[in-house]
This record gives sequence, C-alpha cells and structure tokens, in this order.
Amino acid sequence: MAKFKMHILVCGGTGCTASKSQEIADRLKSNLLEKGLENEVQVILTGCFGFCEKGPIVKIMPDNTFYTEVKPEDAQEIIEEHIIKGRKVTRLLYTDPDKKEHVADAKHMGFYKKQLRIALRNCGFIDPENIGEYIACDGYAAVAKCLTEMTPEQVINEIKLSGLRGRGGGGFPTGMKWEIASKNHADQKYVVCNADEGDPGAFMDRSILEGDPHSIIEAMTINGYAIGATKGLVYIRAEYPLAIHRLQVAIAQAREYGVLGNNLFGTDFNFDIELRYGAGAFVCGEETALIHSMEGKRGEPTFKPPFPAQSGYLQKPTNVNNVETYANIPIIILKGANWFNKIGTEKSKGTKVFALAGQINNVGLIEVPMGITLREVIYEIGGGIKGGRQFKAVQTGGPSGGCLTEKHLDTPIDYDNLIAAGSMMGSGGMVVMDETSCMVAIAKFYLEFTCEESCGKCSPCRIGNKRMLEILDKITKGNGTMEDLENLKNLAGVIKDTALCGLGQTSPNPILSTLTNFWDEYVEHVQDKKCRAGACKSLMRYVIDQSVCVGCTACARNCPVNAIQGEKKTPHTINLELCIKCGTCIEKCKFNAISIQ
Amino acid sequence: MAQIKSLKDLESFKNSVKEQIDTRVKGNQDGLVQIKVAMATCGISAGAKSIYNYFLEKVDEKKLDVVVYQTDCMGRCNEEPTVEVALPNQESIIFGNVDKAKVDEILEKYGK
Amino acid sequence: MSNQQIKKKEMETVNLIIDGKAVVAEKGQTILKAARKAGISIPTLCYYELNGQKLENKPGGCRVCVVEVEGRKNLAPACATEVMEGMVVHTHSLRVVNARRTVVELILSDHPSDCLSCSKSGNCELQTLAQKLGIREIPFKGEQSTYRKDNSPSIIRDVDKCIMCRRCETVCNELQTVGALSAVNRGFEAVVATAFEQDLVKSSCTMCGQCVMACPVGALSEVNQTRQVIQAINNPAKTVIVQTAPAVRVALGEEFGYPAGTIVTGKMAAALRRIGFDYVFDTDFAADLTIMEEGTELLGRIQKFMEGDKNVKLPILTSCCPGWVNFFETNYPDMLDVPSTAKSPQQMFGAIAKNYWAEKLKIKREDMVVVSIMPCVAKKYECQRDEFKVDGNPDVDFSLTTRELAELIKQFNIDFNSLDEEDFDMPLGASTGASVIFGATGGVIEAAARTAYEVFTGKTLQKVDFTELRGLEGVREATIDFAGTPIHLGIAHGLGNARKLLDKVRKGEVQYHAIEVMACPGGCIGGAGQPYHHGDFSIVEKRFEAIYKEDLGKELRKSHENPYVKQLYDEYLGTPCGEKSHHLLHTHYFDKSKQVEVEA
Repeated sequence: MAKFKMHILVCGGTGCTASKSQEIADRLKSNLLEKGLENEVQVILTGCFGFCEKGPIVKIMPDNTFYTEVKPEDAQEIIEEHIIKGRKVTRLLYTDPDKKEHVADAKHMGFYKKQLRIALRNCGFIDPENIGEYIACDGYAAVAKCLTEMTPEQVINEIKLSGLRGRGGGGFPTGMKWEIASKNHADQKYVVCNADEGDPGAFMDRSILEGDPHSIIEAMTINGYAIGATKGLVYIRAEYPLAIHRLQVAIAQAREYGVLGNNLFGTDFNFDIELRYGAGAFVCGEETALIHSMEGKRGEPTFKPPFPAQSGYLQKPTNVNNVETYANIPIIILKGANWFNKIGTEKSKGTKVFALAGQINNVGLIEVPMGITLREVIYEIGGGIKGGRQFKAVQTGGPSGGCLTEKHLDTPIDYDNLIAAGSMMGSGGMVVMDETSCMVAIAKFYLEFTCEESCGKCSPCRIGNKRMLEILDKITKGNGTMEDLENLKNLAGVIKDTALCGLGQTSPNPILSTLTNFWDEYVEHVQDKKCRAGACKSLMRYVIDQSVCVGCTACARNCPVNAIQGEKKTPHTINLELCIKCGTCIEKCKFNAISIQ
Repeated sequence: MAQIKSLKDLESFKNSVKEQIDTRVKGNQDGLVQIKVAMATCGISAGAKSIYNYFLEKVDEKKLDVVVYQTDCMGRCNEEPTVEVALPNQESIIFGNVDKAKVDEILEKYGK
Repeated sequence: MSNQQIKKKEMETVNLIIDGKAVVAEKGQTILKAARKAGISIPTLCYYELNGQKLENKPGGCRVCVVEVEGRKNLAPACATEVMEGMVVHTHSLRVVNARRTVVELILSDHPSDCLSCSKSGNCELQTLAQKLGIREIPFKGEQSTYRKDNSPSIIRDVDKCIMCRRCETVCNELQTVGALSAVNRGFEAVVATAFEQDLVKSSCTMCGQCVMACPVGALSEVNQTRQVIQAINNPAKTVIVQTAPAVRVALGEEFGYPAGTIVTGKMAAALRRIGFDYVFDTDFAADLTIMEEGTELLGRIQKFMEGDKNVKLPILTSCCPGWVNFFETNYPDMLDVPSTAKSPQQMFGAIAKNYWAEKLKIKREDMVVVSIMPCVAKKYECQRDEFKVDGNPDVDFSLTTRELAELIKQFNIDFNSLDEEDFDMPLGASTGASVIFGATGGVIEAAARTAYEVFTGKTLQKVDFTELRGLEGVREATIDFAGTPIHLGIAHGLGNARKLLDKVRKGEVQYHAIEVMACPGGCIGGAGQPYHHGDFSIVEKRFEAIYKEDLGKELRKSHENPYVKQLYDEYLGTPCGEKSHHLLHTHYFDKSKQVEVEA
C-alpha cells in the first residue's frame, strides 16, 4: 500500500456531520484528484475531536494544523495553499480568546493542553469504519491477551486493581461488578453495554461509538470472557443513527476478521454481539429499567436486590456497563492496572469525559484526569466565560446533579468530592453559567426534564417532581410565597429519601443545591419579585431612564402593544401593565436609555 | 481476508497496517525531530518537492523517529530549497540550498 | 422440598431490632412481614397479597411503607426490603413520619376529593390511610391528571382516581393472565389503562372484576344498578322476582358487622321481602337444574366416548362462570365445542322464570322483572348477552352484586341484624346442599359427581362428601370411582390456573372427563361482587368453610333429589337435555378472539 505523506482528518461526528463535514471530505478528495495528489494525501473521516464549539474541524497531519469552522468552499484553498504550498490558511486557524493569536498546532491549544485522552484515545484519530486502523493502534490486542494469557479471574483482578468505576453515573467499582456476575452460575449470562445516554447535553457515549466502535466490541468481549458470558447486547437509543451505523459496520468487520464469533483467537471462547434499540428514555439508563426495556416490557426500574448480576436479562446473570466505562477496558488490560491507577485521585482513578457546555468559550467534549479542578476545566480548557462575564455556577451531573459555585472551583473533581459538594459526577454533563443565568430558572429547567422522563412508577417521583415544578413555576412568575419555599425544601428532601430509583432519588439535586447555594436568589424572587439575572420574564421591568431619553419616539413607534407614551422630544415612559417584555424598545433605542430592572 | 485466529495473526496483521497511521502517530507524538521543508512557489521551483520526497523516503527507509512536513516560505528565497530542523526544546537550525547529499547529512546528524 | 430442607429453611433466621424491639425473622422475609409478625403494623398502599393464591403485588411504588434502616442512606420500602442480621429499623421516626405523610399528601394532591360520592367511600384504602395519618389538608395544589371514563356493562374505569398501585395490573396479568390492563404513559401522565386506551369491552377483559376487588380506591368499580331495581320494585305493572346466588349468603353478613363466614340466608330472604320483591327465589334451585342438565350432558358424552364415538370430545368443561366463558371465547376459540352447553344457573333461572313461572302467573314476560343477587360483576355482562334475550327482553333484567344488595338493604332502612330468619318462596326457592356448594371452587364438580354417580351406577352414594375435590389449591385433580369406572376430574380457580390446565388439555398432556373452572380465586365466594376483603384471603377461607357448613345442614344434598326440580321436569321440561331443556337451558359460544383487536 502506498504510504500517504499527509493525512487530512475530517471530523465525522454527529455535530460536524450536521455542518456538512461529509461534503468537506468529498470536496477535499475531488480537489486532491484534480491536482493528482490522491496517492500522496489521504482524507479520513474520523470520530469527534471534541472541540464542537468550532466545528467542523479539519486537522492536517503530521503537522497537526487544526482548522476550525471549515466550510465545503474552503476545501480548495486548503489543498492549494496548505497541501501544495505548505502555507497555512490562517483565517481558519483557532484564535486564542485571551491572547488573540492564531494557534496552528492543536497541541498548543488550551483546549487540548490539559486533557488526557484515554477513553477518547482513538476519537478524531482513526477511521472508525476501518478495523485495520483500530488494529494498527493496538486494537484487539487486549482481548487477545486476555484470552490467550489470562484467566477470567486475572482479568477481573486487573480491572479491580485499576480502580475503574462506572462512568454512567453511579460510580460502582467495575471490577467488583464483574466479580459478582462471574460468581453467579447459570447456563447463560449476558453482557450489556448501556448506550442509552439520556442526559441532555451529554454525548460522550455517542462520540465513542461514532469514533471508536471497535473499542466497545473489544471491551464487551473481554467482559464476556471475564464473567463467562457468550452473548453481548448493546442497548442503544434509536436517535443515534450514526453511532448505530458505525457500530453495525464495526460488528460486521469484527465478525469478518474473526475477532467476534466462535473460537476467538484459537481458544474455545465464543462471543457475539447484538444491538437492541431503545426509544431514548432517560430512565432506561437505570440498569433494571434498561433490562426490562430489552425484554419488551415497560421501561421502568424495579428495586434491587436482585441485582442484574444475580437476575438480569431474561432472569440470567447480566453485567451492565456504560460505553465510556467499556472504552477504558482494553487500554487498562494493555497498559496494566498500575498504569491506570496512578492517574486520578485516591478513590477515583483514571479520567472522565465531560460534555462542557453553557456560557463558556470552548464548548465541547473533553477528557481530563480525575482530580483536576473545576477552575482548570472552566478557565484553561474551557477558555473562560463567554464575553468576559462573571462566573456564577457550574452544573455537573446532568439533571441528577447540582449547581456548584465559586467556592467549589478549586475542589478536585472526583466521584466523592462532587457528591460531598451536593452534586454528582453523573454521566459527565458540565454546564457553566454566568451572571445572566437565573438559578431558580435553571432548577426549573432541569426539573422539567426529570418530570418528562420520570417513568411514573413511584409516587414521590411521579407526583412530587410535578409539584416541585409547579412551585418553581409559581416562583419564577413572581407568585411564590415563603411557604412555597418551605414546601419545596421538604418535598425535595422527601423525594430524595423515598424515590424508588436513582432517577427519582437524584431529581431534587438541582433544587437542593440551588436552595443551599443561592437561597438569597429564591428569596428575592419571592419577596422582592425580582430576578437578578433578568431571566425570569414575568419579573422583568422595562424602565426608561428619564435623564437619558431624548424623546425620539423610536421606542414608542416600534412597541407592538403601544405600551410606551410620551411627547416628542420629552422623556417617554413605559406602561408596565401593557408591556409584554418583548425587548423591541431596547433594540430600537439608540441612546441606551431603556434598561431591565 | 484470512481470519485472525491467534495472537500471531493479530500481530502480523497489525504490522501490515501499521504504516497506514504512521503519519498520524508521528504528528501526535511529542519530542520528535521535526524537519520542515519550505514549499512555497519559490521553494517548489528550486526543487523543494523532490527534497521533501527524498526526506520522506529516507526517513522511511531508515525507520527514523523524525517527522517531515511542508511549510511556508521562510523568506530566504535565494537559498531555496530551505529546510528547518526543529529539535525538541532547542533552537531550530535552518539549512539553505539543500540537496540530496545534505539531506543524508542532516538525517545522519539529527535523525535517530 | 424434602422435610430436611424445610427444617433447614426454618432454621435460618436473622435477628433485627424494629422500633427498639428485638425481632427474630425468617431469612429472606421482608421488613413488612417481620414487623407485622412482631405486632408492628406498617401502613401500605400498593402492596397486595392473596395469601395461598401465589399472588403478590409489590412494585414498591407508593412508598407509603418506607422505614428508616440505620446505616442506609435513604429510606427503605418495608414491603420489598429483606431483613438482614443486625438491622436496626425505625418505623415511626420523625424522618419516616414526615416522609410517609408527604408521600400520602402527594398522592392525595393528584386524586379527586369526591369521597362523599365515591363508589369506594368507606372501603377506600387511601381514605383510611389519610385518616390514619391524620391528614387534614393537602399542602400541594396543582394540576390533576384527567382521563376519559370507560363504562362497560360490568366495570367502570374512573382513571382519574388511579394511584398507579398496579394491583389491578398484577391481578389481571399474573393471577388471571387476561392482559387487559397495564401501565401506560410516563411521568405524571402514567396510569394503568387498556392497550391503546380502548374501551374495556373491546379489550381482552373477561369482566371477572378481580381488578375491582383489588383496586384500593375508586378507579375501578362495578356498574351500580340499585336505582333501576328500586324503580322496578315501585312499578305496580311489574312483577319483580329475585334470585340469590349461593355465595352471597355466606358473605353478605360482613357488610353488617358479622364476622366472615357467618351464614345469613334467612335474614337475607327476610330483607329481600322487606325491600319489596314479589317473589324471593333462589339461584340454588337453578343450580340443581344445572346439575341435571350438565350432569346428563357429561354422562352422555362419557358413554358415547366409551363407545368410541370420535365426534365426542372430553373433557367437558363447566360453563357456570361468565368470566370463564368470556375467557375461553377469547383465548380458546378452537375449543368452543368442549365446554358444556348448559347455561349458567343465573340464566337457567331467568329462562325458567320468564317462561315457566310467567306462564304460571299468567303474565307476559315483559311484565316480569328478574333481579339476581350475585357475588360477581361478570354476571352483569352475562345477563346482557343477546343470546339470553327474547325479542330484546332479557331473561335476567338486573344483576346486582352482594355489595349492592347490602346498599339496597341500607337504603330501605332495614335493620338487617335484628331481622328474623325467613324462608325462600316456593317452588323456585327450593334447593339442595349440592347447589349451595356451587359457591366454592370444586363445588360444581362435586355436586355433579353426587348426581352423576347415582345416575351412572344406579346405586345410592354411601358418602355424599367428596372431600378429595375440596380445597383452595389453584389447580387440583382427583379420580372418583364410579363403581369400577374411574372418572378423572380437574379443577381450577383463577383464570391463570385455568389457562395452565387448558393449555395442558390442548396439548393432550392430561386426560380428564370433566373440568370445573371458576374465574375468581376461591370460586364465587371470592367473587368480585363480594364485600371487599382488601387482600385478606382468610376472609374468603371462612366463607369457604361456611359454604360446606350450609351444605351439611341441608336435608337434601343431591340435586336430583330436589322435589321441585323433579316437578319442573315432570310438568314442563320433560327430560334433562330433552328438546325443551335444550331450547331453554342450553346455549352456544362465540369466537371472541377477533373482537380483541386494535383500532388503527
């Protein structure tokens, strides 16, 4: 095979695909063909690079040039300038928000500097639809090692020793989970990969499946060998068509190459994987609910025990792990538990992938070692708050997590610290908020989600969450009372204490954490009928500064409800009873005379 | 394709595909000697392309941990082809009027 | 399980402390059961168990039974948490009491507060719970879920009241294997409903009503027809006749404070007369008639079968129970020629009343109103079936449940407890002990055996009691010696058990001459029209004992000895399974499997 001098990596993740990355790749290829460079330069569609804020991403190797926000029209210039003349297309380079300088080499970008990519090691690096590239990156070497050189007990011990904990949210020690499943004897056992990923805004599992599907196949096979299961199931939400496609391609290739199927690596171990599609219910990320869903039953949780390891899919011992957890397995086997357990904190080993979002400069998917502080993540990797505004809070753990504040910024991130701070790791959502975010509205936003996603089985979650939502709605509309706040506090505590499953038990977290950290803001909404962030529409008051208004009438003429009165050339006033708070007047005022109070 | 039925099969298959990603692996690696060949119009007309290709060929042949890539004009058009050798944590060295003999010399000295 | 294993299991105990009291519990037992055994009653709501009937509904959904377990981070549902050695449990700490109260307040906040006019008022477990917890106001105001009401001939679904306890779902799917009800939607909208929210009548529902019995609130109740009955009684143009099913007399007393198992036959007859029924008759009479018909049919089939007639199918299945009839019409349409063609006692009574008795009274059938008092809600559906009508006029006009009768007695200001006992009217009030035991599982087949034995062998039974046919085990079988001919009998109660038995018959795995099936656990004594037992199956067991006590007290205990039944054949019907009987007392079945379809 001819060796390509240069590789052009084009992000083929869902986000960049939506912004035409496939077309970019096609155009790059046709331009190369035109210039007769098709045998010298290769175009590869990879998985997600993580820097979704600036997608679509195109990266040129070996010089590591990182192009952002590339459009199909840019293809020609990239080929003619960069590929032929070695001249970087400066306008497509990333600009450091602090230094206002172009950064050409991805390695020097703040976004990547503090990252440590273990689970995402192959994402944005290999062609996910080419098993050869995976194998070239030591793929399937871990499963080969397990099957030919290790006993199942040794595999389990290695995972136990690594200190790996479940990345789906609970943080249960993975090795211990495997051990329990291995000790329950049955004629058939199952290995299930939880790819339901229900947290709004979290997409690490999708990215791994899209960017490195073989790592999941390999890890599940290792898991099967360790616990004595010959069947693997991937429970994946049907809303992930690209991930499903990549996984299907990967499974077909793995079977073709003989790394999935019977007598793997010449041993008598057989393992195969099937896909099961979910309709995308948050609660189906809970393992008992997931199993019920796979069995064709209503996707709702049942109490544990029995644990799936005792009686799971079709009442057989079943081990359920999340995608990101699995992505860590092959590399732990290859590099050893002692390599892995040196990364991270005392009780949380390795790395965690976070979906960084919100009012932050660098939105995207990041992987960091456990123990990194929120400050490092927000200010160094995330590039700080957008528009130079003030940091207010960071929400971790998705709808089940809580809002942390300034005082938590230097807390090292790990499972236990986050819980102690009133939030949780969850599946790794991280939403940064600035002073324009109203914490009551944020709590309401998350609760709306849990209300939608509750299965309705237990009364605290089914009715309690609804009642909390109603109280929050009342408060954000300016109709709350202090008694409502007391009820809210009590309800949140009782729901946490009594709900059946993890979803219900954690659903009050956004409320409890905001009540603790932003109590004043709640009280302001209730007593002063004021939203300091200016986010609660019902509490907003538009006011014209009489000393600034020149009476140009621009606001009055554009007000859709004729709420603004005043004579020409004299200061105007807004009739608050008529005002619908649409914001048109502020937009039209050339003198910045109108403000929201 | 013959199925992978043993650890040996896997290793030999890996060796057959390893080259495919070599360019990427090197690009990602820290601490490699970087050889940058100036490839602007002036460089190309002075034969930079054949020097670039010769670098690649030799690096492959000798299996050197060196990463070779093209770069923009260095502003010394009268000395084209020019080559910059960037050593990890050191000042770069620039060579002018590079020919194949000089390539061999550079690789002999800095390649490893 | 061998004795040794049983012993070993008994040996395995754990020690725990509940509310400061040292408790020794069986390993694997729940906190709830261990506490109850120790005299600590933890309130429950969704939990429902039919002891001995292998039915347990414990979704752990209502969270009313939560308790505090030291060392555990959240509260534990007592109904689903197993006891552990050294466990320290608090069932009424401040944390528990507050949580329990809040949970009940939440449930109440999404429940209509129309207790005053609710069908379950006084029998509502949520109402009782709210009272027990001293709830005086509901601090949470908000949206209440609303759904459409679904009326069927037997059951009303008022889903606004559903509290998602899932009892009905468990009963419908696990006990009865009918599969008409299951949870749908999610979150606040979650509710138990039929598939695609279709009407109950269009679903696979058999109208057995066990869901009504299980429902702790007013979400499921029977259709109440007391008002129509009062109107008929007060209509001078109508002759109103009442018939009472055997199981009613051993349960009605419960509604008036008598202990379960009290026989109130005489008081019931007296009360019915006070209410104003023109004739107080007994379904038991028709039960004796049923035995004559069904028994004759059975013997005929057996004889033909023994003679090698290939067209004859065995076993014969009883057909007294309308829930069961609906069940096989829906689920076993390939076996419609297997059940007996004999009508149920209710419908036999109706046919005799509106033909024979109306003729005797020289009145038109339209001027006669036949009311039945049944332990059943499916009977309401049965009497409305078209094949039981003549020119649109039904043989039985209204079928009331035991509960409705109690209501009627109360509405008529009758002091039931002080009534003197009275007898039924003759001739259609005459009955034997054989007809009484129709009310319990195994009773119909025993009654049939008493008569069939004597007819088949020509000998008099030495021992009338076939105790081998009695019991509350879900599926039973016995072989009875008909003077050298062994007759194999099968019995099932609860439709899930019936399904097990029928599936074996369908596959040819078992051979029986006859099978008795009753849809409700325990038979009619556990019927859905009986006073609510709230999952206390010992109540049904006491009714069971009472039924056999009533049988024992009867002078005549074999159906063919009922003098008025004999008279009816002599002067009107001719012979059992004869032409007139065939016309009046037999029916046919329909394939309903296709009715259960989903509207696109």
